[in-house]
Amino acid sequence: MQSEEIYKKYPKNEAPNMIAMLQDIQGILGYLPEDEIIRVARHLGVPTSRVYGVATFYNQFRLTPLGKHVIRVCRGTACHVKGSLDILQILETELGISAGETTKDLQFTIETVACIGACSIAPVIVIDDKYYGGLTSKSIYKLIKEFTKKD
Amino acid sequence: MNTFKDILSKKVPTAKFVEVIAGRYDASKAGISPESILEMRSIISMDKAEKPVILVGMGTCGLANGAQAVYDMFVQELKKYEIDAVISKVGCVGYCAEEVIVDVKVPGFPRISYKRVTPANVDTIIERTIVNKEPVIQKALGKYEDADPSIWPEIPILKDIPFYKLQKKIVLENCGVIDPENIDQYLARGGYQALSAVLSEKSPMDVIEDTKKAGLRGRGGGGFLSGKKWEFAYNVASDQKYLICNADEGDPGAFMDRAVLEGDPHRVVEGMIIAAYAIGASKGYVYCRAEYPLAIKRLEKTIADAMEYGLLGKNILNSGFTFELKIKKGAGAFVCGEETALINSIEGRRGTPRPRPPFPAVSGLFGKPTIINNVETFANVPVIFSKGADWYSSIGTNSSKGTKIFALSGRVVNTGLVEVPMGTTIRQVIFDCGGGIADGKNFKAVQIGGPSGGALPEQFLDTEIDYENLKAIGAMMGSGGLVVMDQSTCMVDLAKYFMQFITSESCGKCIPCREGTKRLLEILERITKSYREEETEIDSLMRFQGMLYLERLADVIKDTSLCGLGQTASNPVISTLRYFRDEYEAHLYDRTCPSKACRQMLTYTVDKEKCIGCTLCATRCPVNAISGERKGVHFIDQDACTHCGQCELNCRFDAIIAE
Repeated sequence: MQSEEIYKKYPKNEAPNMIAMLQDIQGILGYLPEDEIIRVARHLGVPTSRVYGVATFYNQFRLTPLGKHVIRVCRGTACHVKGSLDILQILETELGISAGETTKDLQFTIETVACIGACSIAPVIVIDDKYYGGLTSKSIYKLIKEFTKKD
Repeated sequence: MNTFKDILSKKVPTAKFVEVIAGRYDASKAGISPESILEMRSIISMDKAEKPVILVGMGTCGLANGAQAVYDMFVQELKKYEIDAVISKVGCVGYCAEEVIVDVKVPGFPRISYKRVTPANVDTIIERTIVNKEPVIQKALGKYEDADPSIWPEIPILKDIPFYKLQKKIVLENCGVIDPENIDQYLARGGYQALSAVLSEKSPMDVIEDTKKAGLRGRGGGGFLSGKKWEFAYNVASDQKYLICNADEGDPGAFMDRAVLEGDPHRVVEGMIIAAYAIGASKGYVYCRAEYPLAIKRLEKTIADAMEYGLLGKNILNSGFTFELKIKKGAGAFVCGEETALINSIEGRRGTPRPRPPFPAVSGLFGKPTIINNVETFANVPVIFSKGADWYSSIGTNSSKGTKIFALSGRVVNTGLVEVPMGTTIRQVIFDCGGGIADGKNFKAVQIGGPSGGALPEQFLDTEIDYENLKAIGAMMGSGGLVVMDQSTCMVDLAKYFMQFITSESCGKCIPCREGTKRLLEILERITKSYREEETEIDSLMRFQGMLYLERLADVIKDTSLCGLGQTASNPVISTLRYFRDEYEAHLYDRTCPSKACRQMLTYTVDKEKCIGCTLCATRCPVNAISGERKGVHFIDQDACTHCGQCELNCRFDAIIAE
């Protein structure tokens, strides 16, 4: 689906569809470029500031492009108790970026998630929609190696 | 296998069909013989299946443990053996610690559950169980009671193993048992019968009265009587009313709603239709977290199937009642679990709460009367009408009826989902179902109710779980996450963790929550900081001053915040301060962390006896604070060390001492 189709799919001036529209756009482009935010505002007949307000309020939306691999680190309570902070720190030092950032070569993005609801296999990270559970500081190095080698 | 759809294609009206299944309509009048109905039910519920049936647990936890590979392997191996079998994907059975769980049912033999199945085990299971009709004992979790108990006597009955023994499965009855994407299987297990009975026999007020009589209380947190809430909306006259299912399970440490949506979505939809009928709502939404892609996918299928069967949409089961259901994907904001914030989010705005009153039941979504209940609450509704309000209210305690699902996680042996009657003690849940503390360590605390709840020490383990009891000891039911902690968890660090969570999730609308939690976090950060980072004496004084203000500030936030998130935001601080004051004091006066979790307070040194000079710590150190020759004892430069703990985590010889 192209972003053109999204504008056709949602009727004009129906502001309740804003979040769904932004989700669809991000689904295609990976992030929300400034142009699209302005266009959504015009399409829905609301001030751009309102769309920007929504886009920055919710954790899901991002205004910068994503890396090729998105690593989402769960920071839920169960994961925290089982050492997810260590996992996050290792990822950050190994990839040289902080959570929320993307590597310069656009290969990796690290994000933190409040809870991905897989607490029983904590600590969990999700790389490109695949779940990796029961991680240890040792297995995370292996995983990083696997992914950096791939490219 | 014949499906109900085949019968439907013979022009039997759907409404009649569901009623025939429910036994309220004469089957012969609808053109179906009663025997064929019975047969159909047993085929789908597998009691009389003629082919072997294989069911692979494919909830999120199963998939994370490699269920897809196991499933693919079964498909491949079955082909190789040329076995004609049915293989289906089921939801989470709740025993996440033992995933991947695979059930095998061979005609004439009990249905058997295998645990921790890997693709390498598939061949053995097919050969031994399906071909030779014998169990693979070392992989067996247990067997169902659906066949002669004298067959395979060496395998325990599933219901009797410790994890399941205390459980009473009402809401989770079908999870992991049926294929959640197959509406026929839900129907065969009595699904939509409650709906059919309600629509044909009861008035909306009857439904409300029955729900009140059953004593069903909201499972999302507050524990308000659902029937009473519905009555508010019922009594408001309006041209349009809305019903919303809150599936924005944002509590870190809770995943029961995900499991129900992934494992038995029709139950939730049926509960919603009954509730919609009671309040007179013709439109409904399921507000589901975008973090649960599988749940959303299954819900979409569920709604489409229910529409096709005439169970949703216009004129449901020929009753004249119309209800349309849509899915709204959340975009990741914890505060949207709060009713009015959720409504704002559906309206396409920032998810900030509104002051109440007016309550949503009077003026909610688009200014119309709106009822919001969470997934587990709706999943409890059908059983009230299929088994009766009296039956339902006979389970549980005086004030809290029915069962509650808990998500057991953290430092416990059997992580997973546990459904127990209200009134079960915390100890029973953690030590009987949960199998106690992992790695032979000791119990320290359990966090109940997520960020809004509290951490409870050992002295409260024998508390019977119900809404009032938990509130009395400073915790709350919340959505039912139980995170178990042992000696390695620092309670000050835990409070700090929750404050970090709340400061990043606070919507920013009201000052006590936005600014107050930030101040709380700063105080906790000062307490857990190393003396090395303090530059002047003022820093030191600030630590003590902060400690003096901590309790008062927590109370102010509680009393003055606008919504439930803010009002409960300081609970983790209050409860840890109340029950684990000694740990706060150790941080404050002795400047040590007894659990060795607050790394900033620790000093890392190398144990000269144990270090073999592998250089791993030096390579892993992010600030190059470690030096040493290969095969020689290493040394940590204390001035350069940032106390990240990487050296300790990576050392394979336990040669790093942290104290």
